Amino acid sequence: MTTTLERLDPSSQSVLPFLDRDHTIARPGYSRWMVPPAALCVHLCIGQAYAFSVFNLPMTRLLGITQSTPADWKLTDLGWIFSIAMVFLGLSAAVFGRWVEEGGPRKAMFTAGVCWAGAFLISALGVYFHNLWIIYLGYGVIGGCALGIGYISPVSTLMKWFPDRPGMATGMAIMGFGGGALIASPLSVWLMGRFASASDVGVLYTFITLGCIYFIFMMVGSTIVRVPAPGWKPEGYVPPATPRKLMTANDVFVYQAVKTPQFWLIWIVLFCNTTAGIGVLGQASAMSQEMFPGHITAVAAAGLVGLMSLFNMGGRFSWASLSDLIGRKNTYFVYMTLGFALYITVPFAGARGNVALFVICFLIIVSMYGGGFSTVPAYLRDMFGTRYVGAIHGILLTAWSAAGVAGPVLINYIREYNVTHGVPKAQAYNTTMYIMAGLLVIGFIANLCVKAVDKRHHMAPEREAELERAA
Amino acid sequence: MQINEISRTTPLQLALAWSFAGIPLLAGVIQTLINAMKLFQ
Repeated sequence: MTTTLERLDPSSQSVLPFLDRDHTIARPGYSRWMVPPAALCVHLCIGQAYAFSVFNLPMTRLLGITQSTPADWKLTDLGWIFSIAMVFLGLSAAVFGRWVEEGGPRKAMFTAGVCWAGAFLISALGVYFHNLWIIYLGYGVIGGCALGIGYISPVSTLMKWFPDRPGMATGMAIMGFGGGALIASPLSVWLMGRFASASDVGVLYTFITLGCIYFIFMMVGSTIVRVPAPGWKPEGYVPPATPRKLMTANDVFVYQAVKTPQFWLIWIVLFCNTTAGIGVLGQASAMSQEMFPGHITAVAAAGLVGLMSLFNMGGRFSWASLSDLIGRKNTYFVYMTLGFALYITVPFAGARGNVALFVICFLIIVSMYGGGFSTVPAYLRDMFGTRYVGAIHGILLTAWSAAGVAGPVLINYIREYNVTHGVPKAQAYNTTMYIMAGLLVIGFIANLCVKAVDKRHHMAPEREAELERAA
Repeated sequence: MQINEISRTTPLQLALAWSFAGIPLLAGVIQTLINAMKLFQ
């Protein structure tokens, strides 16, 4: 049985030694500001997942080209590609979190890059042979693993480089995940337009091209990333003599962390915030048109969705940066209380026909949805220390997978139920908004219950020292 | 591995790294803003 020390022993590895953690230790003089662009290189690529829907319609016409034939794939079948990828995102982040933490960011980014490019190339094969199972395997399973590994790969490294501003640092990377779709969506549409012909919708070559572009980007990221040398601190940085109430200077082992109530309370907080946000994000276009018939057209609704993407991205950076000033717990209090007020306001705005109020509510809600993702790594770091934060964060992302199922299901089924029971379309979303507000109350209570982790969960000092020597 | 040797990051390296990630992101943001303006038309 191998011990942690053996796993960390550089001589016991590796086929590609330049990927190992000890080959990525920064030399004196390396600027920590090189790390955020390295993280962005990865997150901007995997953020493409949010834009996968641009392929849905063209992929229903792979055989018929101008219109679907009976042998073409159905939209409902294609919807599974994204769902499988989301499930594997959560699973791989949870399963490979510890490997990512111990192997270092370069190895993780490299692996994510190979898997992400492979996902597109395998999916291109699926398109070529018109076999949907190949795409489920390619984009769904392998791409999902790339998403999970890539998402957590730079998180703990960034927090080690920016102990003075961990929220801002992770916010920058996770902002990239939100921004990836802003690049991928127009790029994919443009590429499909270039490759389309009378006998081809252009998806095959778009997949191949995207796979190559993303591979190059992610390899650049994995090349420039570095980990700080043991004991490194930013110039002039003095850790606070009296740390904040919830912050710990100790580390908690990853599998010990999941045994603490704090982990599960934060899981609930993230789940509630994400479920509420996903429900709105996925249905914003239809909801805005049905709540304001004649005022918000399909074109305007598309504009609203675009604006929401920008706020989703901006919220990831700004809310996480704010959390460095006011603390993580307080930041989540803001998400929960302000979110509650905004969800309650949406039906009111609908009833008064107040489009501006409705848009403002949605934009703030979606910014806090993004902020929930980017603030949580720093929250975990405050509670469980830096050493295993990436791995703990990986397991916490199962809350995202669960919310990915719960959010759309809640909003769709309740709307459907209301419409079939005679509720006018303009009011069909009211119940859902109140349920989302109720979810945030649960999140508020869970956040309120978060206390400092009991000392018995901390790693023993001799174990810490042993790991320090090995590193 | 020798890690005591000083290897200072130059401003050019920083600019290149940020441009590599930042320019595509900026292009995406501008494109999205142009689309989002349809909300106000």
